[in-house]
Amino acid sequence: MNESSYDLRAFGESHIEVHKFHSGTIVLSLLIAVVLQSFLPVYISKVALLDLPLLITIYFGLSRRNPSTGLLLGTVTGLLQDSLSKTPLGLFGISKTIIGYLASSIGARLDTEHPAARFALTALFFVLHQGIVVLIRKRLLAQSQPWFTLRLGVACLVNSILGVFLYFLLDRLRKS
Amino acid sequence: MVALPSRHRSLFLLVGVVILQVLLLAVQIKRDAQGRLIRVWTVSAVSPVERSGAWGIGRVRDAWRHYFALSDAARENEALRRENGELKLEVMQLQGKSAEADRLATLLSFKQKQGKTPMVFARVIGASADANSNVIYLDQGQRDGIRKNMGVITPEGVVGKVIESFRDTSQVLLVTDRDSGVGAMIADSRVHGPVGGSGEPLLNMKYVGNDDEVSVGQRVVTSGTDRIFPKDLPVGTVTQVKPGAPFKQIRVLPSASLEKLEEVIVLLTTDPLVMARPEAAQQSGVNSAAPAGAAAVAQPTAAANAAKPTDKQP
Repeated sequence: MNESSYDLRAFGESHIEVHKFHSGTIVLSLLIAVVLQSFLPVYISKVALLDLPLLITIYFGLSRRNPSTGLLLGTVTGLLQDSLSKTPLGLFGISKTIIGYLASSIGARLDTEHPAARFALTALFFVLHQGIVVLIRKRLLAQSQPWFTLRLGVACLVNSILGVFLYFLLDRLRKS
Repeated sequence: MVALPSRHRSLFLLVGVVILQVLLLAVQIKRDAQGRLIRVWTVSAVSPVERSGAWGIGRVRDAWRHYFALSDAARENEALRRENGELKLEVMQLQGKSAEADRLATLLSFKQKQGKTPMVFARVIGASADANSNVIYLDQGQRDGIRKNMGVITPEGVVGKVIESFRDTSQVLLVTDRDSGVGAMIADSRVHGPVGGSGEPLLNMKYVGNDDEVSVGQRVVTSGTDRIFPKDLPVGTVTQVKPGAPFKQIRVLPSASLEKLEEVIVLLTTDPLVMARPEAAQQSGVNSAAPAGAAAVAQPTAAANAAKPTDKQP
């Protein structure tokens, strides 16, 4: 019995399938997302709207359905993103840790394979992620940042749409 | 030892990991440290990939610009093109090099006109992984003499300030970042006011009184008061002026194309630089036909030398 299936039984949701991936898939996807996030905006400024590390955190959280794995993946992703930004280490670390945990927990309770469900969940997690980031900036870092801007609304929509297509591609990396 | 219920283990882990990161944040704020070691590891790991990517994209783009852009004409002369395929490939390569040479020549010309200012050219290889930070990475670092707080410019104008330098890479905070600020003034009227970023493409010029005359289209240049940038470097152009309380609300379009940066110049000094006036530059034999930022650099004053660079973000 592996850890994932154990967790699901504990939640009484053993009918939901835990997806596994070829070794190295998660780490490689994560690294590619972080590098692209840092690299592409130099050439295509609009790409800065995307949050590829967040999409990767959400996808593997929803797929693996193990809250411990999900939150640790979120932690690593967030800290990598922090270290490639000018933000203090922990800003994205904390927010993505929470998102990773929530995505895994929700993935263990709901069937998240339908594109509409994925779109809605990605939008929800994007908003939540921004909320946590702004909360940390305001409360812990004493920085001023608006809760909502038009740009964030557009970014939420764009990331949610891209997420649906990206998840579809990442589904191909699952072990059959 | 009390065993945790298995379904709560992940919740405890979540709380633990979040608390650890809150402590990490607190340590950074308290000590004004930025987790340099972790950043060095990450940047060292990522920058070679970005460097290779920048090189590859440069080649592909050159090919696109100089080969596919001519596809319409090429279709009309398809037969001829087949015969001259090899020659065209050669031309394509030469044109790619020519475009790069043009860009570098502009930079070199600027450097020659700034003979006394120590500076180094650098290529932009990456951007921030956070959409809210306007940060770029350069392919030059400590080994090339780049240090924290050095100014970064292009011949068109001010770009930003080095906020971190690693061995072969450096991190630059763009003027458009909300934490940025540049000592500036209106070129014609010499009305002073710091220009800062807002996280958007336009800059804000602050603390200009409602009595001061500022109009759309006026040029904004550096004032030299931030002790990072030489005086009279182009910052931008006023695009919007509104009366405000107690100061005018002035929006400035940056002179440098910050969204299309490929090569930049890093001023290799954190000592205050003073740009000589054009007539002084002519007397010293320097070409005064250069842009505003191309006058000769006078020796810093004794007082300026004594002063250390401020911690103010550019």
